[in-house]
Order: sequence, then structure tokens, then C-alpha cells
Amino acid sequence: MSTSTPASADQPQIGTARVKRGMAEQLKGGVIMDVVNAEQAKIAEDAGAVAVMALERVPADIRKDGGVARMSDPDMIDGIINAVSIPVMAKSRIGHFVEAQVLQALGVDYIDESEVLTPADEVNHSDKWAFTTPFVCGATNLGEALRRIAEGAAMIRSKGEAGTGNVVEAVRHMRQINSDIRRLTTLDENELYVAAKNLQAPYELVKEVAQLGKLPVVLFSAGGVATPADAALMMQLGAEGVFVGSGIFKSGDPAKRAAAVVKATTFFDDPKVIADVSRGLGEAMVGINCDTLPESERYANRGW
Amino acid sequence: MSSSTPVIGVLALQGDVREHLIALAEADALARPVRRPEELAAVDALVIPGGESTTMSNLALAFGLMEPLRARVAAGMPVYGSCAGMIMLAEKILDGRDDQQSVGGIDMTVRRNAFGRQNESFESAIDFTGFEGEPVHGVFIRAPWVESVGAQVEVLAELPAADGADSRIVAVRQGNLLATSFHPELTGDHRVHALFVRMVEQARETAGA
Repeated sequence: MSTSTPASADQPQIGTARVKRGMAEQLKGGVIMDVVNAEQAKIAEDAGAVAVMALERVPADIRKDGGVARMSDPDMIDGIINAVSIPVMAKSRIGHFVEAQVLQALGVDYIDESEVLTPADEVNHSDKWAFTTPFVCGATNLGEALRRIAEGAAMIRSKGEAGTGNVVEAVRHMRQINSDIRRLTTLDENELYVAAKNLQAPYELVKEVAQLGKLPVVLFSAGGVATPADAALMMQLGAEGVFVGSGIFKSGDPAKRAAAVVKATTFFDDPKVIADVSRGLGEAMVGINCDTLPESERYANRGW
Repeated sequence: MSSSTPVIGVLALQGDVREHLIALAEADALARPVRRPEELAAVDALVIPGGESTTMSNLALAFGLMEPLRARVAAGMPVYGSCAGMIMLAEKILDGRDDQQSVGGIDMTVRRNAFGRQNESFESAIDFTGFEGEPVHGVFIRAPWVESVGAQVEVLAELPAADGADSRIVAVRQGNLLATSFHPELTGDHRVHALFVRMVEQARETAGA
């Protein structure tokens, strides 16, 4: 960890890498749910969510409505912060560091620099070291994850294909990230330099991953989880927790489905529990087949 | 099993379970995750990790763990709680959800998220009663503090007053129960876990005598 200098007794330090990454460690084994108002936030908290993601429209509606998707209205974020006692996250556009500054000023607990919103910069992501508020970023492979960590991300999630209700892309990204990590752990130390070149990631981070056998930050799954079994699948594939977006509040019985996804995430390796909680949930969101999505509508291609 | 290494469970419903399992192993305990009543019955002691106390409480109730937890605590099982775990061990919770249930056991009132939201989360050196050498490095993440304690509770650490803020109780012990507002499991300094392992060993000697 980059910030390991001990704080002196009279000088408490805020915004350190340890405090930012440590916050994500506390969310492990949990479910973070997309909510668009205070009422949904309460439903999520009642169901056992470890945090909520405040946004104006869930990804399924962003897809349907089209247009430019931006940071949410501050009043709406305030309303959600006041409604629940669990952490509140919010999304900024990729590279839109002023939206991120606003979210920090609003007091959100985590900022998601998210490909679900329309990117504001097609070259640079935000410099996340410049913030006290920690960031989570999406990744499709290890190189991308390490580039985000180099920029200061304190948590990584798979990108998946948000708003489709189709878990196929999240599975692809989670498998890719973990397979990239496993491969690194088999390399000779001399081979890590070329590995860093190929991953287009800083050598120091590549070396750290090779030694740890995992990312230096928490890795969650996101994008397309619609059922308790989807959540458990992502956990069995090595996710340390799950983001659920449109899957809950676009379904027939959000409160029941939310509680079921929470339980399936905790007991991800117990098919009996997953079977139990999967009963009588009503309709899942309809979903979109990712292979029929035009390239321009694939959010996972945003960010690099 | 009185002469063997104690088996310490880590409540694995949600939170930084892995870090506690590692810290316990490094303090020479046998550590294993606990998610079910029968797993709880098989351990000598328990750590309740950091995480979201509302989520943990909710899952403990849903999976029939809350009553067995209360029964084991009442029967004297040693328990250590960090952050959310401290909230779970409190008899009274302030700023929690109205219906939030705890395991209880320590006669104290704990204020949830008392140090503020994530932007106020901090690291600070803490003098910990009975520890020699360096102060403990306290990592406080949306941390609770102890607002008040009963006569049976020993205060082990306080965050000193600064900038007009009062000093705050951040570590306590009552009998076999130990709680900290901060996360020693995130620092690599395992003295708090070693203290807990000693408490577990002493409890077993007392019970065996």
C-alpha cells in the first residue's frame, strides 16, 4: 500500500489510500444497489444492501431514453443520503473531474467513474489521487484494472454490460481479470517487465499482483446481474461482492428480489439457499441479448 | 479440547472477514468462517468483523444466528468486534436504524458513523492500555464511538481531544468481550488479535479449572 506512514497522535490523516481501500474492504460479501430516489434507497437498505448507488436513471432507462447521461441532481443525492444510514455512492462521467468534485462536496462515500454515463474525456480518466473521496472504476481485464488503480482507484468492478439484465459480459470480464492474475503468478520475476509492457500497466503494480495473487484493491462484479443465481455465479467466479443495477427495480417485486440477491451473495456456495431464495420472486427484468447490441451502444467499450 | 489451539470463528455474513482470518492465524489461532448455527456451535470464540452492521444484523436474523449468538455470549463465549462488530456487541445503538438489532453483551451505548461519513474517515495513532512499544495505528472508517459505558466496562483506548472535539472512547473490554471502533485487521499490527487470543485461552483455562 502506498500510504503506510504512521499518523502522529495529534495529526489524524484523512483520505489516505488505506482509508479509501479499507472502506471497500468493509463492503465485501455485500450487494450495492442502484437507486433513483429515497424510497428505493430505503427498500435497498431494508433488504440488507451494504451501500446504494444514487443515480437519476437506472442503466436500462439510460439505454431506452438515449441522449447524454450525466451526474445526478444534487437534491436527489442529498435526499438519498438523508434517507439511509448505509454508504451512498454516486456516478461521475469518465474524465469529468468537476462532477467528481461536486460529488465529493456533497459528501458521497464513494464515486463511481462510470462508463454507464456518457464519457466527458475520450483520452483521460480523472486523477483520483486528487480526491479525499475514494473511487471505484470498471475494468474488462487486468491491464485496465491496473491503469485505474495507478490513477488512484481504490476499488475495481467488472464493467459487464449495464442495463441489459444479461450477465454474459460480467462473466467475461471477471474470468479475464482473474485469468490474467493467475497467469502473472506463474511468471518468473524477470518476465514481469514484459508482462507489464503487454498489460500496458505500471511495473510496480504488476509485481504487486504477481506477489499477492490478487488485485491490491477489492474486486466487485457489476453489469447485468438480474437474479440471485447471477449474483452467486459472480461470487463463485471470484468477485468479492456484487453491484446490481437495473435488475432489482426493473423487476416485478423489488423488495423481495433485493433481499434474495443479498442472501444469495452471502451463501453463494450453497445451492440450497440459492434455490430457496429464488422461489416466488415474480418476473425478472426482460433483458437484452448483448450480441444484438450495436457497437455504439456497448458501454464496456467506453474507457480504455 | 482444553490443551489444543483454540478455534476462533469469524462471522462471515459480510465484511472484511479475510483480513480477520489472516490476523488471527498470525496470532497463532485456528481461524475459520462462521455463517451457520452449527458452525457457530463448533468454535471456542468469535470475531465479528468490520462491515455494514445493518446488513449483518439483517442476515443474522434471517439465517437464525441472532439467538444462538446471544446465547453463546450469555454463556461466556469470548467475542471481539471491530467497527460494525463493536456495534453488534453494544447493548444500545444511537443513529442506527429504528429496528436495528444487536447481539449485545457489552454495557455500552455506541453511536454509529459517529466520526462522520467516508470523507472524514482517518488514521491516527492510539495509546492502547497494556500494549508496550509503539502506539496502535488506528484506521477509522465511517467509525462508531462509544458514547457511554457501564461500571463493568474497562476503557482500553481513547482518541484524545483535539480541535475543540471531546476525547472519545474507541476500545473497551467487559469480561470476555472486546470491541474497537477501528480496524487493526487492516494494519498488519496484530497486537489486538493477540490480546483476544490470550483472552480466549484464559477463558478456556478458567472454564476447565
